[in-house]
Amino acid sequence: MFAHEFVRNAWLAGTFIALACGLIGWFVVVRAQVFAGDALSHVAFVGAIAAAVVGVDERVGLFALTLVLAGAMGALGRRAQADDVTIGISFAWILGIGVLLLAILATSAAGASGITTANTLFGSVYSLSAGAAVIAAVVALAVIGFVLGAARPLLLATLDPELATLRGVPVRVLGLSFLAALAVVSAESTQAVGALLLLGLIAAPGGAARALTARPYRGLALSGAIAVGSMWGGLALSYAIGPLPASTAIIGLAAGTYAAAGLWAHVSAGRSSAAAPADTPRSGGQTQAGVVA
Amino acid sequence: MNPSLSPNPIDDLQQLFTYPFMVNALEAGTIVAVLAGLVGWYVVLRRQTFASHTLSVMAFPGAAGAALAGLPTALGYYVACTAAALAIGRGSRTGRPGRAQGGESAVIGTVQTVGLALGFLFLSLNQAVLGGPETLLFGTFLGITRGQVLTLALVAVAALGALAGLARPLLFASVDREVARASGVPVVLLDGLFLLILGLAIAATSQLTGALLVFALLVAPPAAAQRLTARPLAGLVLTVVLALVTVWLGLAIAYFSIYPVGFYVSTIAFVVYVLARVISSRPPHRPPHGPPHRPPHLGRHH
Repeated sequence: MFAHEFVRNAWLAGTFIALACGLIGWFVVVRAQVFAGDALSHVAFVGAIAAAVVGVDERVGLFALTLVLAGAMGALGRRAQADDVTIGISFAWILGIGVLLLAILATSAAGASGITTANTLFGSVYSLSAGAAVIAAVVALAVIGFVLGAARPLLLATLDPELATLRGVPVRVLGLSFLAALAVVSAESTQAVGALLLLGLIAAPGGAARALTARPYRGLALSGAIAVGSMWGGLALSYAIGPLPASTAIIGLAAGTYAAAGLWAHVSAGRSSAAAPADTPRSGGQTQAGVVA
Repeated sequence: MNPSLSPNPIDDLQQLFTYPFMVNALEAGTIVAVLAGLVGWYVVLRRQTFASHTLSVMAFPGAAGAALAGLPTALGYYVACTAAALAIGRGSRTGRPGRAQGGESAVIGTVQTVGLALGFLFLSLNQAVLGGPETLLFGTFLGITRGQVLTLALVAVAALGALAGLARPLLFASVDREVARASGVPVVLLDGLFLLILGLAIAATSQLTGALLVFALLVAPPAAAQRLTARPLAGLVLTVVLALVTVWLGLAIAYFSIYPVGFYVSTIAFVVYVLARVISSRPPHRPPHGPPHRPPHLGRHH
């Protein structure tokens, strides 16, 4: 199937986007910022519509709006973590503006808008051009580089912000940079996986990795691996089964892995708690902070 | 129909009630505002915003699945929302509501995307029947029938009846979970029941506002009310008032304009919340370094 150029583009962009999503997703889950990620991915959609209304490149709108929202969310909270109610209401309003823009778009250029919307909402990894695939891979690589480079201080700032501050880690700047990286991932991945499905590639691998291991670096690696595996499996499945959209297959595999991991953790926790009141993988930051520090 | 504003506001008001579709929309909007406001007050109190957002997007796979199977759309909404409520309740049974645990929010996020992915699959299997995802996601008030209004009313009565039955223990369990558990309140059962009520309320609301904008009614009015008063009863009443104002204003403005109701409702809701924040941010008796975004009676209980 690699004889087709569109398949090669999809695998190139998909692999790096999935790796970036998986790595950042582990931190998103550990930092309990899944809702913020959700808001960013939905807002990406509004950015794309806004760009279409103004008549500039889709990516300008995607990046501009997600970065602005990330900055706003970071500015609102002490640890650069906004309140869930604030996130919810702000992004409901931004979506409301999206509806308005959609209506404006529909009256100005009828016809094509429906397809654009569907593609932005649900992505179409198999329609990426060679140039777009390369850009996606480069952007994803930059985010991967940031996450891996900042992994250690970020981990400490996540698990024990007080200790991190004492040790001179710029907790607030890190939190903001993290949200900005999440915004970049959201904006870039929207084109491949779609604004509505992106969250699955962020939350599910991170959640699965957390259910399987409490050790930070192993979890990070596992999360990246699960995301890339889901992407590859989903791309292959969707290629083999005609009517199955690639996004659905990718999300289905990621979620299936999470469900299996949760089940496995549940079973093994039940087994070990019979022997001793053991620390379950989800039970909190202190032990993990000890590992890092 | 050629709606236009006249200099006389009374005429404009009468004009709103001239068309049956508009009467239906106002009735449905009123039912939905009361239902979403009251349920939403508990959502904000319990900090289950993310769970309710996830339940709200379940309207999409519900409607797409119902269209594929040839069933009524509303039925799809209710089935999908209930199924997702059960899935979230099951997946996060050990956790606490709110965002205290990353694991739980990963469960919610995954349930959400699985629902959306299924919806996308249904949609691509069945392109012709649904006009496109926008209406589902962003709602319309133009096509509401008498039958839908009656169904909405029945669902609202059922959901609010159940909520009234649970009101006191649920309030207790939401404000201080540990003490409630110690006093014998079945907190886990309450979590599950509340998610089911939430699913019903959201399925009803999203028929009007669309799946993505449920928040405007479910979260903004209660959040504004909880900023203005910490007393439960006053907060519930204020929530309903704010929600009603939001819906009525939104519908009225949308009637006279060419743009969708979802935009107006969400904008008004946002403005109401911002105003409440501004008003509540300078009470004379509050210490300046207190927790800025929590209702005073909640404290930091975790």
